[in-house]
Amino acid sequence: MRQRIGAIAYNTFREAVRDRVLYNLVVFAILIVGSSLIFGEISIGIERQILVNLGLAAISLFGVVIAIFIGIQLVSKEIEKKTLYTVLGARPVRRWEFILGKFTGLTGTLVVNAGFMAIGFFAALLYLTHHFERADGYLIVALYFIVLQFVLITALALLFSTFSTPLMSAIFAFAMFVIGTFAEDLRGFAGMTTGATKYAAMGLAWLVPNFAAFNVISEVAHSVPISGQLVFYNTLYALLYATVCLSAAVIIFERRNFK
Amino acid sequence: MPAIETVALEKAYSVGFWRKKRKQALYSLSLAVEEGEVFGYLGPNGAGKTTTLKLLMGLIYPTRGSAKILGRDISDPWMKAQIGFLPEQPYFYDHLTARELLDYYAGLSGVPGKDRKRRIDEVLKRVALPDAGHTQLRKYSKGMLQRVGIAQAIIHDPKIIFLDEPMSGLDPIGRREVRDLIQALKEEGKTIFFSTHILSDAETLCDRVGVINKGRLRGIGILADLAREVSGKIEIVWHGASARAAMEYLGAKPHATGELFRAVLSEEKMDAAIDAIRKNSAKLVSITPVRVTLEQFFLDKLEDEVPTTIPSEEEVAK
Amino acid sequence: MSERHKVTIIATFTLVVSLVLSVACAKVVDRLRGEATLQEVLYIPSANTVKHLSLGYRGLLADIYWTRVVQYFGGKHHLKSKQFQLLNPLLQITTTLDPKLIVAYEFGSIFLAQQPPEGAGDPQAAAELVKKGIEQNPDNWRLYYSLGFIYWQELHDPKSASDAFLRGSQIPGAQVWMKIMAAALAQHADEHQTARMLWTNIYQNSDDKLIKANAVKRLTALRVDEEVSFLQGYIERYRQQNGHYPTSLSELQTAGWVRRIPMDPLGYPYLIRDGRIQVAHPDELPFITKGLPPGMEASDIPKIPSN
Repeated sequence: MRQRIGAIAYNTFREAVRDRVLYNLVVFAILIVGSSLIFGEISIGIERQILVNLGLAAISLFGVVIAIFIGIQLVSKEIEKKTLYTVLGARPVRRWEFILGKFTGLTGTLVVNAGFMAIGFFAALLYLTHHFERADGYLIVALYFIVLQFVLITALALLFSTFSTPLMSAIFAFAMFVIGTFAEDLRGFAGMTTGATKYAAMGLAWLVPNFAAFNVISEVAHSVPISGQLVFYNTLYALLYATVCLSAAVIIFERRNFK
Repeated sequence: MPAIETVALEKAYSVGFWRKKRKQALYSLSLAVEEGEVFGYLGPNGAGKTTTLKLLMGLIYPTRGSAKILGRDISDPWMKAQIGFLPEQPYFYDHLTARELLDYYAGLSGVPGKDRKRRIDEVLKRVALPDAGHTQLRKYSKGMLQRVGIAQAIIHDPKIIFLDEPMSGLDPIGRREVRDLIQALKEEGKTIFFSTHILSDAETLCDRVGVINKGRLRGIGILADLAREVSGKIEIVWHGASARAAMEYLGAKPHATGELFRAVLSEEKMDAAIDAIRKNSAKLVSITPVRVTLEQFFLDKLEDEVPTTIPSEEEVAK
Repeated sequence: MSERHKVTIIATFTLVVSLVLSVACAKVVDRLRGEATLQEVLYIPSANTVKHLSLGYRGLLADIYWTRVVQYFGGKHHLKSKQFQLLNPLLQITTTLDPKLIVAYEFGSIFLAQQPPEGAGDPQAAAELVKKGIEQNPDNWRLYYSLGFIYWQELHDPKSASDAFLRGSQIPGAQVWMKIMAAALAQHADEHQTARMLWTNIYQNSDDKLIKANAVKRLTALRVDEEVSFLQGYIERYRQQNGHYPTSLSELQTAGWVRRIPMDPLGYPYLIRDGRIQVAHPDELPFITKGLPPGMEASDIPKIPSN
């Protein structure tokens, strides 16, 4: 069982990594990180802040786009183009193994991407500040949180592509990202309503993926420490929510007729 | 125990958004294929061939009935490792090479790591792709892709091989190669189930054929028997328009090429036909018994018209 | 088929359990993040930056920031905090994004101006905010009301307050009492009357829950101040008559000075301690300036321990 999931994961990773579009996006992200150095020159005194803000925001946003793009491509394409038929039809691969293998491969791809973008980012930082400070350690935490975001969005993209066309899946996934980014404000809105609307709104606000909690970019730009507890609970949340998405994906996938 | 067995296998779809109509893609299919057979599944496009294959592969779920392969349920993973499948117009991962693809598939099917390289070499040779192994698949021509498809279907040495239109898109040389390959696999004792709408391919390869049209199995025939069968008809060729009217009177519908006429009649009218020709001073050229060809068998079986959509409840109520 | 069912059942179970746990987890994360906010470590960009970054969705962002204002103030107030540093920046951003969000100016005029823990204690900033509002909404006479209110209530500058009310009264549509207020303030009319009018107006004319609630507390405090003064006068005369203060207010009742034991608006009887009228529960009556126990300043309300 593990061997099959591993084989699917590795295959997914390989297929993703060889896709040229991926490189373009990564390079673009690195360019933006580099360009933030120029912005820093313009506003004196807060170069580091701008680098961190812009750089991490670019990595976050591009990473999400990459995650959605690849995630959907790799699953919907398989279904559309019938590579799935040979994998599921005449091989002892269970459908849920397929989902897990795909997810693992995609996550691996994104972690590697994030790694490249992080290298670019730290290179720019080093160029700017000429040495690393203690506070720069928190940047790693911010990057880790960004990776957790990727994991979540991948799980969502995977879920949507088990039942939806590639375009719709992309739209849904991106929409969830935007809504999730404002999850804290959504809960604020919900808190201001009353009565039946309140329950519905609060329920929705807690069920939406809580992307807002992973955004510590402003804090680390000001060298503010991030609590270890937050790291723990955010990790736990990401794992739990990804599990929710994957379970749903497995259920849908299991019942699906591949016309 | 048959290698492949279906019992009243049915598949219906609900089509449409509001007033859902049921479209029956497959009606109560019951057939059995024995081990070692080459079974041809014939039918025009849209007859239900691919639907049957997908049901057997577990890619879609039947609305009624059941199927077993090697005596096991369709979802049995052990059984899945013993079968191979080539879907119609296959497509594979663009950025992998043929070797990587085959290695991937072999691994998924449980071929141990140490055997893989050897098998890949063998299989690539068998499908006549010995040198292309390290090129990425997106550079492959259609024929090459088809061959890779067959390669992945046999890389794990399965007992049964399912092929959906294996000759589609191939040039005559390619088709011959595939035919030879299927023949070779048969000689290895494998069971082969393949669907096609090209009759000549079936004629050369199959032990038995099944004809499906509009979701129903119209008939199953043993090809050897079909070849032997005499239809009880004769074909008469004569020279001379003078005999035409008399022949038409006997019930013939003659085709003419200049003065040469050709018609098919039932055997009992043979003597009467010979007399008619002689009496009208026409010249008899030949009399030949007509054999049942696969084409005839096929077209015969296609002829019964049966409604294909089950009317929705509202229509029945009307 | 049964394998398929098994998988579906396990997956469903996993889904439900994970979902429940994830919501629980999210609540913990929310609390952790909330604490960070309340410790003032959240970086707030400048109002103009936000405006430029808003990509035209200013109205929506304004609403989001307004929500954050309410959440922020509510959270701080609940914990009886004395620090409201982010309130002004948040209000500035909100009003830069949507200069016509009148409720934001009104909110600021009260809660920026009031002393902690009932507000940020920065009446100057409040005045600046409302002036910005007036600039952006020159036809809105109520904002002059808010401005005048700040000058009078917190900045103790009746002249500027009067000017504000006067200017406001000249805007078409302004209600008549704006002129009256201008006149009253110019003449240093009775403070309690003025205050009562102001707060009643605020209560009647605002739709915001927090603003209304605050106005009610203010009016209650005014009533308490009046009653305490009144009762103090009574016990002074009692002392003049009898040579000593009554030991409790029931003596006043027995002596026929009052018909029933005087009760404060919360329903507790007034107390006499060392010759001074006091309220029974000063911590439940913010804003009162009379009837406080000795040693307690008007703005020095002890924190209710939060557990």
